[in-house]
Amino acid sequence: MNPDALLSLKDISVVRGGQRVLELDDLDILRGECLVVIGPNGAGKSTLLLTAAGLLQPASGSMLKGGKEVYSGSLLEYRRKTGLVLQDPLLMDMSVYDNVASGLRFRGVGSKEIAPRVNTWLEKFGIARLAKRRARSLSGGEAQRTSLARALVLDPDLLLLDEPFSALDAPTRARLLEDFHNLLQQSHVTTLMVTHDLNEALQLGDRVAVLLDGKLRQAGTPQEVFNSPVDTGVAAFVGVDTVIPAEVTGSQEGMLQLKAGSYTLECPGTANTGQQVLLCLRPEDITLWMDGAAPQSSARNRMQGVVQRCSVQGALVRIQVDCGFPVVALITRSSWMEMGIRDGARVTVTFKATAGHVLPRAASK
Amino acid sequence: MEVIWKGILQALELLFSFDTEVLKVTLLSLQVSGLATAISLLIGLPLGTLLALGKFPSRKFILSLINTGMALPPVVVGLAVSIFLWRSGPLGSLRLIYTPIAIVIAQTIIAAPVVTGLTASALQSLDPRLKLQLQGLGASQAQVTWSLWKEARLPLLAAIMAGFGSVISEVGASMMVGGNIRNQTRVLTTAIVLETSKGEFALAIALSAILLLLAYLVNLFLTSVQQRRH
Repeated sequence: MNPDALLSLKDISVVRGGQRVLELDDLDILRGECLVVIGPNGAGKSTLLLTAAGLLQPASGSMLKGGKEVYSGSLLEYRRKTGLVLQDPLLMDMSVYDNVASGLRFRGVGSKEIAPRVNTWLEKFGIARLAKRRARSLSGGEAQRTSLARALVLDPDLLLLDEPFSALDAPTRARLLEDFHNLLQQSHVTTLMVTHDLNEALQLGDRVAVLLDGKLRQAGTPQEVFNSPVDTGVAAFVGVDTVIPAEVTGSQEGMLQLKAGSYTLECPGTANTGQQVLLCLRPEDITLWMDGAAPQSSARNRMQGVVQRCSVQGALVRIQVDCGFPVVALITRSSWMEMGIRDGARVTVTFKATAGHVLPRAASK
Repeated sequence: MEVIWKGILQALELLFSFDTEVLKVTLLSLQVSGLATAISLLIGLPLGTLLALGKFPSRKFILSLINTGMALPPVVVGLAVSIFLWRSGPLGSLRLIYTPIAIVIAQTIIAAPVVTGLTASALQSLDPRLKLQLQGLGASQAQVTWSLWKEARLPLLAAIMAGFGSVISEVGASMMVGGNIRNQTRVLTTAIVLETSKGEFALAIALSAILLLLAYLVNLFLTSVQQRRH
């Protein structure tokens, strides 16, 4: 067990409705960190969170806190050292103040101590003016702020968050995310958050773990997970849209030479000559040039292709290019309009060697 | 029309003259139905909560029985209780037949399924994740239950009103197990039946007006509690 771990989950298996929905080999939540577990819907994220909250007993495995098995001890005692925030605020039909105070009252904290603690957190979340308002009259953002304050006022050892921002509209979410990020950095409370939103993981996570089909595929810093996924399943989820089958033709000083179709490409990594690999690229790392416009002095990784499809996604445009294999690029809408890229246009695709990440072909999942 | 007017005037007269017999009948109605409702609450609130929140194999079956029980005909209840309390019946030695206690027993059997069923449905109408959220905030089992009751207080008060309404207005069971004995087991509904059968429509209307007023006042009180701050 990692001595820095606040909570250690080992060989956890959770069965719900007769189906095994979560199988975790090993997951530590380290003291003071914010661990964000990402995964698509149905990956087992909420199951993981409820298990960590002491609300869903695993069929097998162990969950240790301070060396003690949580599920064989007093669960009420354990839960009273955690704070839980779910996707919906689930406030009770009482005032904002009373909602925030509810967890403290459950713990038998006296009203003299409750008042300053509640008021402090109402202030921190910018909802002090709403203290006397009934929870039912709050907007979505105000309600979620109340729910977060209700959990943090408990001064929990472990804060558990289940997609707390996903039901909010984009501007409200952005503001609350920013405020919450600041509060988290000030309080250093150990946090486990599950979400399907990659931006939330990047913004809040000290570490990120990827959960797919009930199994933990990768855990590491956001940089590691987003730029160096361990398999194609993780790559697809973290937005690595281009995965090019290639063969290693040589290596020099940590730089691999790859043959992909008729192109020779370069990328950092370690592999043996002749090994079949997959070259992973994030769409934002790929640059497009109209045919003939690419400067000769630019990146050595250069391919020719034909635009297959352009799809506008707000301020960005996702462009799929056929280079003998599909390559996906993401450019701004203004660049797209300026360059006049249309379906069928011939383009040059370039990317820096350092943007690539190589996976062994066996990591195709 | 004259009969109705006469009845209303007589009702007012009886009310304001504090007629001893009418007062006794009214008081007994309130006591018997109030007690039956209170006992139904003691049974129905925990049982309804268990059926709504608990997880055990026969839960759905019991819930279907309770829901059927909500439509129990009072005369059938009267018959069953009579058989049990009849002198030669299994509980005959208790000598409860034709006593107010017998009426309370019958009315409790009528009201308890109503309170139980409506309590279960009130709690089931809450978001099921609320229980998890409360547990996640460190609430004990008792604190979770109390918080859920508070959240469902509007439909729970409706359950009490429905329970009280079902017994204050029933006549079949009270007549059968109470016997409508003057000064002993005569309640408003059985008195109304008696006066009507005697052709004393004015008195029957007067008693009906009192019964309606009583039901209204009790429900007014419960409604004002229910609708407070809404």
